[in-house]
Amino acid sequence: MKEYDIVIIGGGPAGLAAAIAARDNGSESILILERDKELGGILNQCIHNGFGLHTFKEELTGPEYAARFTEQVEKYKIEYVLNTMVIEISPEKVVTAMNREEGLFDIQAKAIILAMGCRERSRGALNIPGYRPAGIFSAGTAQRLVNMEGFMPGREVVILGSGDIGLIMARRLTLEGAKVKVVAEIMPYSGGLKRNIVQCLDDYGIPLKLSHTVIEIRGKERLEGITLAAVDDRGKPIAGTEEEYSCDTLLLSVGLIPENELSGAMGVVMNPVTSGPIVNESLETNVEGVFACGNVLHVHDLVDFVSEEAAAAGKNASNYVKNGEQKPNGREIILEGTDGVRYTVPSTINPERMEATQIVRFRVGNVYKNCYIGVYFNDERVLHRKRMVMAPGEMEEIKLEKEKLLLHPDIDRITIRVEEA
Amino acid sequence: MYDVIIIGAGVSGSAVARELSRYKVNACVLEKEEDVCCGTSKANSAIIHAGYDAAEGSLMAKLNVEGNQIMPELSKELDIPFEQCGSLVVCLDEASLPNLQALYDRGVKNGVEDLEIITDKARIREMEPNLTDEVVAVLSAPTAGIVCPFHLNIALAENAYTNGIDFKFDTEVESIEPIEGGWKLETSQGVYETRYVVNAAGVYADRFHNMVSESKIHITPRRGDYFLLDKNAGKHVNRTIFALPSKYGKGVLVTPTVHGNLIIGPTAVDIEDKEGTATTREGLDELSKASLNVKNLPMRQVITSFAGLRAHEDHHEFIIRELEDAPGFVDCAGIESPGLTSSPAIGKMVAEILREKLDLDVNPDFNGTRKGNIDLDTLSKEEKAALIEKEPAYGNIICRCEMVTEGELLDAIHRPLGARTLDGIKRRTRAGAGRCQAGFCTPKTMEILHRELGIPMTEITKSGGDSQLLVGYNKDRI
Amino acid sequence: MEKRELICISCPMGCPLTVELEGQEIVNITGYTCKRGEVYGRKEVTNPTRIVTSTVKVEGGKSDMVSVKTREDIPKDKISECVKALKGITVKAPVRIGDVILSNVAGTGVDIVATKEV
Repeated sequence: MKEYDIVIIGGGPAGLAAAIAARDNGSESILILERDKELGGILNQCIHNGFGLHTFKEELTGPEYAARFTEQVEKYKIEYVLNTMVIEISPEKVVTAMNREEGLFDIQAKAIILAMGCRERSRGALNIPGYRPAGIFSAGTAQRLVNMEGFMPGREVVILGSGDIGLIMARRLTLEGAKVKVVAEIMPYSGGLKRNIVQCLDDYGIPLKLSHTVIEIRGKERLEGITLAAVDDRGKPIAGTEEEYSCDTLLLSVGLIPENELSGAMGVVMNPVTSGPIVNESLETNVEGVFACGNVLHVHDLVDFVSEEAAAAGKNASNYVKNGEQKPNGREIILEGTDGVRYTVPSTINPERMEATQIVRFRVGNVYKNCYIGVYFNDERVLHRKRMVMAPGEMEEIKLEKEKLLLHPDIDRITIRVEEA
Repeated sequence: MYDVIIIGAGVSGSAVARELSRYKVNACVLEKEEDVCCGTSKANSAIIHAGYDAAEGSLMAKLNVEGNQIMPELSKELDIPFEQCGSLVVCLDEASLPNLQALYDRGVKNGVEDLEIITDKARIREMEPNLTDEVVAVLSAPTAGIVCPFHLNIALAENAYTNGIDFKFDTEVESIEPIEGGWKLETSQGVYETRYVVNAAGVYADRFHNMVSESKIHITPRRGDYFLLDKNAGKHVNRTIFALPSKYGKGVLVTPTVHGNLIIGPTAVDIEDKEGTATTREGLDELSKASLNVKNLPMRQVITSFAGLRAHEDHHEFIIRELEDAPGFVDCAGIESPGLTSSPAIGKMVAEILREKLDLDVNPDFNGTRKGNIDLDTLSKEEKAALIEKEPAYGNIICRCEMVTEGELLDAIHRPLGARTLDGIKRRTRAGAGRCQAGFCTPKTMEILHRELGIPMTEITKSGGDSQLLVGYNKDRI
Repeated sequence: MEKRELICISCPMGCPLTVELEGQEIVNITGYTCKRGEVYGRKEVTNPTRIVTSTVKVEGGKSDMVSVKTREDIPKDKISECVKALKGITVKAPVRIGDVILSNVAGTGVDIVATKEV
């Protein structure tokens, strides 16, 4: 059986950054397992720009951003295999993978970094009634067909979901010659970046209908049309607001779900809010030596933060292999989000083990204007930061200092909440 | 001139074809869709009923019980998944106990074995921890089971084809006229002549029957909406859980599927449109009735919904006979529930009618054993490794939700009556049937169909007809 | 005096800008949190520009398409001409990041370059 110190599941932006960080930390024995025919993950099909502003102070397209990392991986001669699917990971950290050349094979890992990314929610999960014709695509699948293979999925398009993927595809399809008639969003606010509303919808005169959803699908063999309806504050369609649109294509951009089949099967405990693993300050899951980063941990908006998070995971995995599991005496401070903060990553912090500065990432559950982020150590507020706007579609972060936490051994709980004043 | 033409390649028509292929006969199945198993046969509860529900002394009851008894052996012969998981009919109040008893009595009279009424709540809870706390008693039928209707239909058809029966697809029968010695069928693909016709046309069977007979029948499409839940929910119940039946049918049931999913459904909505397989908001909402019998249903695990049309004849009975006023025309009509269960028995019954009437000789080359698609899940690690070494395509995963490999897709495409569309691939291999609902595998599956069959990418369809996925190439309209 | 409300698209923050104009003259810009915001606000009301990304076909490579972009931003009203100019272009592998696919697209003086290696 092959043996590696660190096995990384996924060669997308998370896996690549983790591998590089692990090597920078001195680990030599690293293997990346990637199921696609090339490294780069989802970035390969994200041909639009907007990546890398934080990491490289440049605006790059997805493939260019990926290339920065794949070039480094090549330079470092970090091992990777392509066209390889991981079938199973055992709790003892044996990774079973499969490809044409080697068939089924096992790898014993000392540390594993989960970097499998996420998948898209489908129409079935939305229970839109009607026929089941051809012409309904998740936005990512359509993106793959258009950008990687050069095919048009349709001529007249309706997009459900104003997350970034839906917005980007609105522009993409328009530039390739399709007519995008409307983008409908069930929430009263858009899930994507404001810049994408401007440069993907406003630039092309594509209307955005907030608080609307698709309530019916017509067309038995190929899509012929859909019905939009306004929804109330519980998301239920309002009778009398129905509007029919003829279209041959419906793109769904209705949510991303971290792909944790492998994680769950090996006993990694999930956070039901994120659908990703619960991790400690080292981004380690409940299974010793198994780390998680990127979209598989929680869905990100900016790849720059994926790379940052993955680098931390890579370094920590490398340290784990070098030094073994560090279980110093000390408490596990519980982190939690309340009052508008839906979740935090990580969920616990052990101050002895953390770096000098720990980034805590979180998301709010609603749009908040002119509010504050309140951070509490036990019951004492230590941070009161004003934020002009916070939205569910934009991940937030705060930084915690190790020094401060060590200075106060009585802190057993850190709470992050949204406050009015 | 054919000896026999069977209209419809659903599970009835395919079962007839398979049983008929035991004899030396010149026969053909005409199917209006692009593949077998495209009508009711692909959208039902996938249940092998025990047989207590059908009216005593009815043909439905007889063929139900017979089909149920044939299924375990047949599933081995045809190499299809089948599980005799048993079923429970749930009684929620004392006042309805006589109805439960009536089912039991009817079942016994129909010849169903091992039926039992259980009132011991502790035992019921042990059998099904997620059954409602309101349960007062259950009728347990251990001979009931679950099957894959796609695999059953496809396997029957494949076996028939391998044993010499022709299949013609995209061939819609438009009219039937009596001619000297038989019948002339005008179809969308030309004229066919045959001595005997078997009318296994599902919801359209009344259309063809009424073309040849004075005594009319009437088939109402009765729509059933269903939810399909993720495999994570597959163990929520261990058996098929039925509500006590009413005049509209067997009620909303909850059942595991043979692939490990959970199905909730069906509704029972009579409609006019014989193509009306669209689900409706009302239909899907009605499925919440299932929680009357099963608690804590994980509805967030729904991965898709669909609807099928039962061919409900006015008299609610199978019509399987040669017509008196149309000799040479054999009805196989009104095949609503328990149609799937009865299909092997239906096949035998019709084949026997034909054997006798046409005086058919036995086909000495008949081979009733059919080897199905290799399911990698059933192989050990060593067997998997050996397979991939022999055929590397089995090492390339196409559908990651259901772990379906390229090898399985190639098999599905190249075997007799192979897949030509995405749905054809899905029914044979399960690629696209998983939780991401083909989001990941669609581009790959299309590429393989294109490569193996030479179909241009823009002509690959979801389910034949006008269901192309792609309309053209980038910038082709600018 | 005219007041135009814009969202800056220079980075994912999307700061809301207010640009005050007297006729064609910009008299004031507020709302930006960095220099790029001010630059964007100024540009967007006088000469709006965009980076355009697209794909062209590749022959003889491991992929069928290569992603491309305008090396710099081009006037917004030249976007559809720019995309049209890419129609029908096929490049031969190997393609490197930065390779010029089409120079001076739509007369803008800006080149279309590859953004992926094929």
